[in-house]
Amino acid sequence: MRNMMQLTFSSRSENEALARVSVAAFLMPFDPTLEELTEIKTVISEAVTNSIIHGYDNRPDGLITIRTTIENNSVIIEVEDEGIGIANVEEARQPLFTTKPELERSGMGFTIMENFMDELEIVTGPNRGTKIRMVKHLSTQPIMSN
Amino acid sequence: MSLLQLETEVHGTVLVVRLFGELDHHTASSLRDQLDFELKERQISHLLLNLKHLSFMDSSGLGVILGRYKIISSRKGKMVVCSMNPIIYRIFEMSGMFKILSVKESEEEALSALGVA
Repeated sequence: MRNMMQLTFSSRSENEALARVSVAAFLMPFDPTLEELTEIKTVISEAVTNSIIHGYDNRPDGLITIRTTIENNSVIIEVEDEGIGIANVEEARQPLFTTKPELERSGMGFTIMENFMDELEIVTGPNRGTKIRMVKHLSTQPIMSN
Repeated sequence: MSLLQLETEVHGTVLVVRLFGELDHHTASSLRDQLDFELKERQISHLLLNLKHLSFMDSSGLGVILGRYKIISSRKGKMVVCSMNPIIYRIFEMSGMFKILSVKESEEEALSALGVA
């Protein structure tokens, strides 16, 4: 069983809720637990917020694309922007590290993504945008297709 | 309607804030403004955050809470958080927030810990 959805939206903070709720709605038929669903909503929120604040430096005219694929019981989520990229990925992944303390950022985004998902991969480069690819294996049995 | 609503109540020098809904980057800025207004206008020493009806929170929420913690601790006050769901608890735990603020099961317990039960 394989299914996918893709959503592209403006880099505006009001779309953060749209992003996580859409992915959650797409995953509902696969019977995730409430805990798994909340973890996925949280990591979507983290990745999209990063794109808005860091990738596009709060500019509202950028585009963010989320692709969610479910295959058997694995959820693959890609969050992609065409922003400025991450200069130092190692640093960005450190807990509590932030380039924007003046905006009261906690620096916990990547730590939460790593903790709530089974795999996390970051593809980025200066002015080449950022793509976050995350995988989570759901505890439910895969749905049998006819 | 905002995805995040709040209810505030003052008990002595404690500001009780009950959050309802979802706290993300988008809703964090109005929460920050409302809390800072309350903290500025009133003689508040301590802050109690009741998260019983907060269904969602991400790291933007941590940022707002940390920022208010700094204000409260500069007044030599205490910050207490109560009634959080297990996922939000894990987010607090992984960021080391429990080293600086205390957690209680209920608002009553939190108020008595602050001496205003």
